Formats: sequence, C-alpha cells, structure tokens
Amino acid sequence: MRFLFKTDYEDDIKLIPHSGYVVSYGILLAFLLIAPFVLSSYLVSQLVFVCIYAMVGVGLMILTGFTGQASLGHAAFLAIGAYTAAYLQQYNVPFPVYFLAGGLLTGVVGALVGFPALRLTGIYLVIATISFAFIVEEVLARWESVTHGNEGMRVKTLSLFGQAVPQNGPTFYYLCLAVLTLTIVGTLNLLRSPTGRAFVAIRDSETAARSMGVNVSLYKVKSFAISAAITGLAGVLFAHKLSFISPEMFTLQLSIEFIIVILIGGAFSLHGAVLGAIFLVMIDPFLTYLKDDLPGIIAGIAATFGADSITAGKIHGNVAAVASANGLKGAIYGVIIVLFVLFEPLGLYGRWLKIKLFFQLFPLYKRATFKRQKIYVKSERNR
Amino acid sequence: MSYFRAENLSLHFGGLKAVDSVSFAVEKGEILSIIGPNGAGKSSIFNLISRIYPPTSGRIFFEDQDITNQPAYDIAGLGIARTFQNIELFENATMLSNLLVGRHRHSTTRLWQELLFLPSVRAGEKMHRRRVEQVIEFLDLEAYRDKLISGLPYGVRKVIELARALCSEPKLILLDEPSSGLNVEETEDMSFWIRDMKTELGITVLMVEHDMTLVNRVSDRVIALNYGRVLAMGSPSEVQRHPDVVAAYLGA
Repeated sequence: MRFLFKTDYEDDIKLIPHSGYVVSYGILLAFLLIAPFVLSSYLVSQLVFVCIYAMVGVGLMILTGFTGQASLGHAAFLAIGAYTAAYLQQYNVPFPVYFLAGGLLTGVVGALVGFPALRLTGIYLVIATISFAFIVEEVLARWESVTHGNEGMRVKTLSLFGQAVPQNGPTFYYLCLAVLTLTIVGTLNLLRSPTGRAFVAIRDSETAARSMGVNVSLYKVKSFAISAAITGLAGVLFAHKLSFISPEMFTLQLSIEFIIVILIGGAFSLHGAVLGAIFLVMIDPFLTYLKDDLPGIIAGIAATFGADSITAGKIHGNVAAVASANGLKGAIYGVIIVLFVLFEPLGLYGRWLKIKLFFQLFPLYKRATFKRQKIYVKSERNR
Repeated sequence: MSYFRAENLSLHFGGLKAVDSVSFAVEKGEILSIIGPNGAGKSSIFNLISRIYPPTSGRIFFEDQDITNQPAYDIAGLGIARTFQNIELFENATMLSNLLVGRHRHSTTRLWQELLFLPSVRAGEKMHRRRVEQVIEFLDLEAYRDKLISGLPYGVRKVIELARALCSEPKLILLDEPSSGLNVEETEDMSFWIRDMKTELGITVLMVEHDMTLVNRVSDRVIALNYGRVLAMGSPSEVQRHPDVVAAYLGA
C-alpha cells in the first residue's frame, strides 16, 4: 500500500498525486493514440461514440453527481448543440466558431432552464426537465424554416483549417479525444476550486451552504449552464459523427441513456462518466450479438443434450424472436438500472475501487468497509 | 450602539408564536448564552438571524447596519457564521473540502479563471488552505484531514462544524447547542475552545445551550426564554435565581 507524505499545500491541489498516475494514465493515453492504427474502423467509430457519450456524462455528472440536481432533459441540450452546428454550417461558418457557438447557446439555454428549476427539487425537477426536453423536441419538429422539421438536416463533412475531416477517419477521432480530454481537465480544475466545492456543498446541504455564504440559486444556475454547455459541445460532434440529424433522435430514451451513463459508471466521479459511456456504447454490439449468434448457440446446446431437429428449430425460432423483439433495448436498460441500484449503487467505478482496495489490503480486506451506514440524526432538517 | 441588536423580533407560524417580540443586544467581544426549555424559541432566533426564516416582524442590526432583509447567503459575507443543532455538514466530502467551503466568502476567483486553474486561483487555494490549517491546529483536527465526514463519529463532526464556521473568519459566531451529544470531556474541550475564540480570535459568541455547567463556565451574560418571550436577562447566577426561570424549568 502506498502512503503519501504531504509536505506542501500544493500536494492537496495537484491533479497527479503520485507517479503511479503518470504510469497508468500514460499507458492509457498511448493506447488511445495508437488506437486508429491497431483497431478496426468499427471499433474506432465506437470509441468516438464513447468520447461523445463521456462528454455528456461529464456534463451530467457536474449537474447531477456534484450539484445534486437531477435532469432527464439532456437529450434536448445535445439537440440544441447539434442543430446549432447544422444551421450555422449552411452559412459557411468555420468549425471552431460554430463549435463554440453551439456550446455557448446551449449554455445560455441551460441557464434559462436553471432559473425555473431553482424552486424545484427531486422528482419535480425531473418532471420539469422532461417537459423541457419534450418542448425542444416539438420545436425542432415544427420550426421548419430553421430545422427542416421531421425531414431532418444533413450535416456536411467537417472541415478544419481547409482540411476535410471525414467522420470515420482517425483525425475526427483525435479531435473528439482532445475535446473530451480538455473537458475533463477543465472539470477537474473546477472541482478543485471554490465553485466546485460550492456545487458539492449544495448537493449535501443547501441550508449549510447558504449559511456559509454560497449563493445557492446562482450556483445552481451556473451548474445548469456549465452542464448544458458541455452537452452542447458534445452535440456538435454528435451531429458530425452521424452526418444527419432529425428530431426523433433526441428522445426521452436518449436522456435515459445519459442517466444510465452516470448511474452505471458511478455517480460522484468523472471516472464513472467515462466508464459508463464505455458500458453504454458496448450494449449495441451486445444486442447485435444476441440477434445473430445466440439462437444458434442455444439451439446447438439443446441439440447436444438430445433434442431432435424439430425441437431445436423451434428453440432457435423462439430465441431469435425474443432477441430481435422491439423494445428489447429499453427492457435491458431497465434491468441494468435496477440491478445496479440494488447491488452496486456506486457503479462500475465503485466496484473498481473495491477491487483495488482488496489487492492493496490483501489479505486484510473487510467486506464491511463500504457498507452504507444508517444515520438517525437527520430527522429535523431545515430546508 | 450595540454590536448586534434584535428589536421586537417575532416569528409566527399561524397562531403559534415561536418568537414573540424578543429584543436583546450583544456587545462586542462578549459571550451571550440563550437558555430555555424545549420549544422556547431559541433555535428559531438563530434561524431568523441567519435568514432561514423571514421574521414576521422586528428588525435585526449588525454593526449598525440593518440586516433584516439581507439574503441568507449575504449573512456569512457580513461576518456572521453559525453551527447547527443537528449537524449540517457536507457528508460525502472530506473534512478539508468541508472546511474550504467555509472559506467561500473570501473567494474572489471567477469561473473562467477556475476552469483554466490560473496562477491566481492556485495562489488563492494555497492561501485558503493555510487559513484552514490554522483552524485545524486550533481545534486539534489534524487526524481527519482527508477523512470523509460520513465515516466520522458524532463528537468529531460537532467540532468540524465549529471549525467550518471558524474558517469563514467570522466576527460573530452563532453556536446552536455546541455540547449536545458530547461527553463530559468533549464538553470541557468545547468550553475551552469557546473561551479561546473570544480571547485569542476576538470573536463575539452568541450561543444556545442546555448544559448549565458549560453556560456558567463561559458566558458573560445569559438570556432565558420561554414560549418565545424573554423571561430574564443578566449574569448566569442572576438568571438562574430569577423566580420566573425557576418556574419555567421546575413548573412551580
């Protein structure tokens, strides 16, 4: 086990506490940099989606994980970013400009959503953000002069400094990776400054935060704006990646996917946002696998246990029907959320911490270390 | 003029008069205790001062400034810090970040500077950290710097809450039952700290307390309340001998 001897206040501030971080993150970075040369183009394309989902995850983590304000409306913020890009692109605005404009506009919209949300907490805030998402979806479908309605909009290939950057090429992947990295570094900076601490203070006790001089309303609006702005930037990249956007892409299901990203990844940490994004992007290939291979495998197993060819054929048909049923994805999402909430509320990152601690303390690890403790003194809280 | 003054302060919940035209003044540098049976309106007075509730009527003055209508988050900025009866710490954060939130009213950095973590932000963080360390030393909290609050025992949390209030470098501190839930030794430590706060740090203390030993040991003056009204005011021994106070506690 590693013991850190802190000799300077700098040691409490710096992002890289010890050399172990340099090694592990160095290896990760090296792998990500050579990925386009060693992985298939399909996997690189999946990595781009991981970057985009992870950005939204980081944005949502700031709002939900750190400030404690739930949102089921982030698909709308993504849509605003994406449509800003598609719209400005028609007027030959260069990429850096409409990229930042997408983030800025979404941030402003986020702040505007934040104002009415100031008086709402918990389930009511969730309902308000869902309503906001429905409004945006409807506006996108009806405001045909700008958004082309349900026909959708075509997004031209990204061009950066006169160079075309096709959405399946390695350059686009590097661009997404760079944007994600900068977002994460910026967020980490924020979290180690007064603003980040004010967010966490609001999450844990608004009354105490207020009595310590935190302007709770202002910081909630700030949190909404930052979260939305990051999601808007992700939206610009999302539009380019798909090269076509239409209102039915930004539905409630997408917002739920974002919640899954932070819930499965593990709330309260940026690692969680990235891990959750990887997990979510992997669900699609998994579903394809279910559709293509699972019926054959199960029928094969049945046959080896003595089922005749007619029974095996029936089993094959039934399994195939289930695996390609409509709404299977939603059902799987539901099951995953329930299982994680029940058995691993800290998410994948929490599981990783437990595994790490197990090896650090081996053979002295105690299972009760992470046991949640019941607290009884919270009965008479001021709100 | 008094340092801190409440004039005819009232708080009514419908027909219930939790605080009923209470007036008192706190002189600079004194320790004033508010005592009274349960439901006498002691904590409600604190909640009025820190603007968790708006008063039904009456005015509050601090350093000759009317603060009755200041927003709650401005109260800390004026130099009034408080602790809570049922501990309101940020449970899922370390002690250090809890104490650093106490420094919030002194932070001057802007959002974009923080996103880039410019040298000014770094310097500010170090300065805050140094101030926090002084408070940690003052209250003997060295052992808990990186510990999560949710894993700490009640007595330690109580001290950390006091530490967080001190980190904001207040001029006036409101302590809501500082000794509740503490054992005899911890209460004794608390009484030393309260006196040190007055003598070494020059902080004026307004405190709600049930433990009469602690009240007698530290207070310069005592106010006794019952049913939202002031029963008696004066030195600890005077107030304890006052017939109305005896009646309120013993029901004579």
